[in-house]
Amino acid sequence: MTTIYLDNNATTAVAPEVLEAMLPYMSTLYGNASSMHTFGGQLGPVLRAAHEKVAALIGAEPGEIVFTSCGTESDNTAIMSALEINPHKKHIITARVEHPAVYNFCKHLARKGYRITFLPVDNMGRLSMDAFYKALDDDTAIVSIMYANNETGVIFPVEDIGTALRERGILFHTDAVQAAGKIRIDVKTLPVDMMSLSGHKLHAPKGIGVLYIRKGTRFCPYIIGGHQEHGRRAGTENVASIVGLARACELAMENLETESRHVSRLRDKLENSLLAKCPDARVNGDVKQRLPNTTNISFEYVEGEAILLRLDEYGICASSGSACTSGSLEPSHVLIAMGVPFTALHGSIRFSLSRYSTEPEIEKVIEVLPPIIKELRMLSPYGREKLSGQLCKP
Amino acid sequence: MWEYTKKVKDFFLHPKNAGEIENPDAVGEVGSLICGDALKLTLKIDKDTGRIVDAKFQTFGCASAIASSSALTELVKGKTPDEALKLTNKDIADFLGGLPEEKMHCSVMGKEALEAAIANYRGFVPVPEAGQRLVCKCFDVTEEKLRKVIKENRLTTLEDVTNYTKAGGGCGTCIPDIEAILRDIWALKPVPLRPAEPRKLTNLQKIALVQDVIETEIRPRLQADNGDIELIDVDGAKVIVALRAMCTGCPMGVVTIKGIEEKLRELVSSDITVEAEKEG
Repeated sequence: MTTIYLDNNATTAVAPEVLEAMLPYMSTLYGNASSMHTFGGQLGPVLRAAHEKVAALIGAEPGEIVFTSCGTESDNTAIMSALEINPHKKHIITARVEHPAVYNFCKHLARKGYRITFLPVDNMGRLSMDAFYKALDDDTAIVSIMYANNETGVIFPVEDIGTALRERGILFHTDAVQAAGKIRIDVKTLPVDMMSLSGHKLHAPKGIGVLYIRKGTRFCPYIIGGHQEHGRRAGTENVASIVGLARACELAMENLETESRHVSRLRDKLENSLLAKCPDARVNGDVKQRLPNTTNISFEYVEGEAILLRLDEYGICASSGSACTSGSLEPSHVLIAMGVPFTALHGSIRFSLSRYSTEPEIEKVIEVLPPIIKELRMLSPYGREKLSGQLCKP
Repeated sequence: MWEYTKKVKDFFLHPKNAGEIENPDAVGEVGSLICGDALKLTLKIDKDTGRIVDAKFQTFGCASAIASSSALTELVKGKTPDEALKLTNKDIADFLGGLPEEKMHCSVMGKEALEAAIANYRGFVPVPEAGQRLVCKCFDVTEEKLRKVIKENRLTTLEDVTNYTKAGGGCGTCIPDIEAILRDIWALKPVPLRPAEPRKLTNLQKIALVQDVIETEIRPRLQADNGDIELIDVDGAKVIVALRAMCTGCPMGVVTIKGIEEKLRELVSSDITVEAEKEG
């Protein structure tokens, strides 16, 4: 059985070009860039070139790029730094729909005595700008709002937020882990101070992240030790993964427009076909402001884990916001924040495509999913009267 | 991903007895859409033999909820209501070759639906909430259900209780109640709370306590690594110590001192600072 991988917001395949670029640094060129000898020292220029390539993807300068171990570390670092350099400010503004790397970190900080404002979203997952303006005060140390949501793909108005914060001199961090490589980002025009990226979401390997720190932004490191990354992130550089991420950024930049057209066409086909074939299905999130690769569909009266395991029988990989798949007993905090009705809360399925997604793969999903929904609805005690006769057209 | 047994997967992918019996003799409904799983069990009971001749289920829920429901219908067929009531949630889980701990609540749901169905057969009008204290508001779990499941499955930790009943897995405000019920059932002693107000110590008491903590809490650990410690002086909140034996000149000395300071702050007074004796 071949795998149909439509879970690219969770992680992506390492591109063959990326793997090829990495291999020398995992075999013969294993030196430490900090060493005095040529064998290690020759990696210095390699790392410099990598900073340049990653910077180019987001319009930054190479010196503004700091390599970390993952997106979560970048997020934690940005927020901690803002608190360290503003010791008298105890207020953080973020959103109810943030990734756990920001959301749970802020909840942790709340227990340490910080005041956190979790901004609400509307039923389409759009941030409340009114609440944002109202939340700002003299005590605000940092605002951390994601660029695009991982579950729904909804894109946030980071430019407006950044502009408002620039006027007030408040630090702004954005978690761009899902956005980078999928939509054009240019920090030359985007007023953000810090931005997180993650390698494995754009066809580089796991275990490598980036924190963009705008030149002139005061910064306090989180991982303390050696002088790597100009003293901003200690720890021997993960040279192979850094090189891999640099190659992945090059590929993303070269193909951004064609890739975006490719995935959005397939995504729309998938979404429209599923909605046409399955009654009582709905899209979660604002379809007008959305990443090109993501769709989040709720199938009412069925449970997400059951759908995923039936899809798994066909080798189809997707994810769900249902309680049973979250590891906790509560459904997705993102969908709850959006006020998705409880009939649809447990039956949400996210498909996220990549440059490697193909037309036949999408057609296969369109073929097998509607009967699965129909079967599971036949098993369910709910919604039967209403759905009788048309549980899901085959 | 959950590690389901082959039998769970089989009963999920090809469920037996799915559907609803027309004109059933017994109906048991538990769970709700909000909670994320629900089960409607219908039974046909032969008037002459008094045995369950048919059982069907309708389940909204995850793979293990569907498999548990289907397993339940297989288990009850051929039994009298009294025999069926002897089934435990563990029997359902065992029939499936086991369930992941976090999914045990699916088997509990099966057992509950069976009890509800048989009560319905015997003409009891279900008055589930009347006079019962609701402990977990997120998942509608009453104190009676908690006590029953805790005793039947010999659950001792909060985590177990959440795995088996979901109680405490939502907002978490009922966690102290669940812990109180666990303590009550197993007669566990509550962990004594530390005094909220720091004790006011006289200098003499403070020195004695510092000495005591160093002797009983710190010294044995250092000695385990062939090190040692000597208390030199206590000056107000400042405690001066000397590291001895293998600790002498140890490059990790600063860390050790920091660790001693943390321990003394925890057990004596939060304002204590610890310094190593100046050499020479």
